[in-house]
Amino acid sequence: MTDLDIWLTVIMLGIGTYIIRYSFIGFVGDRELPEWLTRHLRYVPAAVMPGLIAPLTVWPEATGGDPDPARLIAATTALLIGGIFRSVLGAIFGGMGMLYLMLYLLG
Amino acid sequence: MSTVKTSYVRGLWAGAPFLIIAIPFGMLFGVVATEAGFDVLQTMAMTMVVVAGASQFSSVQVLSDGAPFYIAALTGIAVNMRMAMYSASLAPHIGKTQKWHRAIAAYFLIDQTYGVSILEMDRKPDLTSNEKLAYFFGTATLIFPLWYASTYVGVILGSTIPEEVALDFAVPVMFIALVAPSLRSIPHLGAAIVSVVVSLALVWMPYNLWLIIAAISAMITGAEIERRMGVSK
Repeated sequence: MTDLDIWLTVIMLGIGTYIIRYSFIGFVGDRELPEWLTRHLRYVPAAVMPGLIAPLTVWPEATGGDPDPARLIAATTALLIGGIFRSVLGAIFGGMGMLYLMLYLLG
Repeated sequence: MSTVKTSYVRGLWAGAPFLIIAIPFGMLFGVVATEAGFDVLQTMAMTMVVVAGASQFSSVQVLSDGAPFYIAALTGIAVNMRMAMYSASLAPHIGKTQKWHRAIAAYFLIDQTYGVSILEMDRKPDLTSNEKLAYFFGTATLIFPLWYASTYVGVILGSTIPEEVALDFAVPVMFIALVAPSLRSIPHLGAAIVSVVVSLALVWMPYNLWLIIAAISAMITGAEIERRMGVSK
């Protein structure tokens, strides 16, 4: 990872993200989208984010890639709090709280 | 006070509670980017140009895994594709305002400004396009400067935060927190399960190809379950 890599990432991600944001309010205005497209777009967050973090959760870098009970329990806690109470904040604090508790208890 | 100004001020107050999420999230980005090897300027440039926490974390993660810049950027862009839906859903409300106003509004389109604004726009269809746009700008007024500032604080504090804080795991926890509330719907849950299973199975692949394959399979799964169930959400 060079400085150039970082700057090119910032520029490309910045332009790409702006075009996504501008897309419909800018180019499309108030015209309708095809139904099949909105149906796929709806699942983007649920399709990308879990896959992105699954390897980091199961094989965390901090333990050299060994599965870590404290982190698995913390991730499950965050998932349950977020799913049951629909609370982003609750999941963050609950997950990190559980991680600290487990790291303390399990050494 | 004009009705446009009133709308702006109401949007400003409605957006305020979301600072509770934005401040620690921004600080965390400052810490994570610095630990990954970004300098202050690079971190602040990314946070101010992109302004989308989840994608910033994803791109930094991919980049520090050694992938080329375009894979890092594409991963972040994939994470931000949801904003196309936000944009599509706002278009009927503000699509008739002046084009340069919409060009500025696009920069301020994030989860929180969208979520707060669309509630108001759906609830009060009688508002004019300009009042709706003013409300939208109101929701962005506090969160944007505080997002920049909290990232900077994270950069400064970064090196002083001890290892016991286990910040490495704050990133997974945060993504879980962002996705978990949607998983009560069966299509979303199906998409998430496929995403996890495929990514764990294919993580040996280079350049984060595993993530792109996992995400596409998961999107198709979610959309297909939805179609067969005949549900709208």
